[in-house]
Amino acid sequence: MKKTLYDKIWDEHLVHENEDGSSLVYIDRHLVHEVTSPQAFDGLDIQKRDIWNNNSIYAVSDHNVPTQNRASGIDDKISKLQVDTLIDNCKKHKISYFDLNNINQGIVHVIGPELAITQPGMTLVCGDSHTSTHGALASLAFGVGTSDVEHVLATQCININKEKNFKINITNKLSNYVSSKDLILHIIKEIGTSGGTGYTIEFTGDCIENMSIESRMTMCNMSIEAGAKSGLVAFDSKTHEYMLNKKYSPSKKYLDEAVKYWENLVSDHDAVFDKILSFDATDVLPQVTWGTSPEMTTDINGKVPNPDDENDSSKKQYIQRALDYMGLTANQDIKSIMLDKIFIGSCTNSRIEDLRQAAKIVEGYKVSDNIKQAIVVPGSGLVKAEAEKEGLDKIFVKSGFEWREPGCSMCLGMNDDSLLPYERCASTSNRNFEGRQGDKGRTHLVSPSMAALAAIKGHFSNVIDFANEK
Amino acid sequence: MKNKIIEGQVIPFDQSNIDTDAIIPKQYLKSIKKSGFGPFLFDSLRYTDPGDLSTTKKRNINSKFVLNIKPYSSGNIILTNDNFGCGSSREHAVWALKDFGIEAIISTSFADIFYRNSFKNGLLLISIKKDELDKMFREITMSPKYNLTINIQNQTITTPNDQVYSFAISDSDKERIIFEYDDIELSLKHKDKIKIYEDRMKLLKPWVFEKNND
Repeated sequence: MKKTLYDKIWDEHLVHENEDGSSLVYIDRHLVHEVTSPQAFDGLDIQKRDIWNNNSIYAVSDHNVPTQNRASGIDDKISKLQVDTLIDNCKKHKISYFDLNNINQGIVHVIGPELAITQPGMTLVCGDSHTSTHGALASLAFGVGTSDVEHVLATQCININKEKNFKINITNKLSNYVSSKDLILHIIKEIGTSGGTGYTIEFTGDCIENMSIESRMTMCNMSIEAGAKSGLVAFDSKTHEYMLNKKYSPSKKYLDEAVKYWENLVSDHDAVFDKILSFDATDVLPQVTWGTSPEMTTDINGKVPNPDDENDSSKKQYIQRALDYMGLTANQDIKSIMLDKIFIGSCTNSRIEDLRQAAKIVEGYKVSDNIKQAIVVPGSGLVKAEAEKEGLDKIFVKSGFEWREPGCSMCLGMNDDSLLPYERCASTSNRNFEGRQGDKGRTHLVSPSMAALAAIKGHFSNVIDFANEK
Repeated sequence: MKNKIIEGQVIPFDQSNIDTDAIIPKQYLKSIKKSGFGPFLFDSLRYTDPGDLSTTKKRNINSKFVLNIKPYSSGNIILTNDNFGCGSSREHAVWALKDFGIEAIISTSFADIFYRNSFKNGLLLISIKKDELDKMFREITMSPKYNLTINIQNQTITTPNDQVYSFAISDSDKERIIFEYDDIELSLKHKDKIKIYEDRMKLLKPWVFEKNND
């Protein structure tokens, strides 16, 4: 039978099929962070259960850690307790942990791939919804809650129902200065935040084939914003190259065997998908979200929608509520939106390629006077080191950006990096929900180069026009 | 046959795409416990002043928010719109709902991770048709004291007007609500099968099981 990539990884990890249609699926890798794990370790202790395989687990603190003045440790006592609890749990159970001063510390979804903890064909879970990111390496990865974190710690398996197959095919090339962030926002705008619910999405087409692994990660990362727990991209020569010479790449002894296995990690020709949609990359312009859901997106030349244009009363209210929260008026030009803060970072856009794109825009310019704060938070110690090697940090600092230590930072504002009430931010993160970046804060999701341009202009502007005039 | 009946006042929350950030904001995720999240449920909608885990002063109530309006404030069943629970995988959202006293949520659809987390904690989620949902919302507007009776074994919801709606639920989810069983214990019944699978894979894909090189 013809199989999709998802079918193949699923079948390969099937341990047991229950009568009710659910299945026990084996998990190869388990990534653990400080916020969603303490209750899981506690649960094991209470039941006196052991961890099934501590070698399959890698832990890091990323969500609530400070991104500056780390030498003095964590000031916030409650945050410190949470990080210390993870350290204690890792010591107790002999789990690999990357501490704050380790160059391998970083956002869990950045370090997994860059250390080759994540490998093609693996199943991977983490107590974080953006675990979908790892699907860019042809691995089946999805976020789980704390009960499932505990379940995987204890059994190395998860008991789940199989999702349906959804293929999103993207043809042609993205325009210069249009990134995969713009493409995925454009797709979410079309299919909505629940368009992928119940599905695993595989991104295909020549646009994806020509995309770097990092750009593919941005696509898969935001699959969850379309409702799909997992995004996938087939294995190819780029994945192969990416997997080499990393900290946890397969050893020489097994590499040829592994590559041979990985080469089968593509959907069979004529495999059956439950749903297929096609997009043309040349249609995609730089995107800006105007509302409080990632589906509330328009392109840079667009306007804030007018609720009165909607006939359906609940849709009308949905838009009006978002405009009220965001402090925007109907029909306002996106380019007229003035900003207070700029955040370049998060598991969506904090990799070296993202930082290069942003640096390219800001080089030789100053952050606009109306911008109170502009920060760049590299995704990991390795990304930070590479950026510094390339001199990107100097470009950012010279322009007026702050150059920080790795972590989730202002994507969710669990540490000190957050918006004050009513502050407006151009952010390269993934969620523009009410209060996400800070109580009453206003988030506009954009690509790294669009955020960089917003920093120097003080308002949104079209990065394609800017680059053409430069 | 063992059954569970959930009966009580409905809390009408007519919005779609309610995300888990709204259900429990990030500052409360710093807790390392599973309990005590109830007072922070829908925190930024429920109160007009900011709070966090160290807040000791009495919070200012947002009198316009549904959970602060009688008779909804004593409700145990939420009625809401499409895609409830989207976004972050934080199970704290379910812990907060349960701790507040919510026993069931009725909507047209739910986000996947939230759905799993809910049943893992014995929180019943029911999907019904859009027209049925809209009808219930209309009826609550007319008579705010609106009690539903949910019979899980029979898969029915009975309204105050004695109208009965049926809903679909898988057998395993149904059992999860009625028996609240321990999923890990159930999975560990297949311990030997997991071990056999693992040993086979160690031979077939040895690189997956290579020991950490640090």
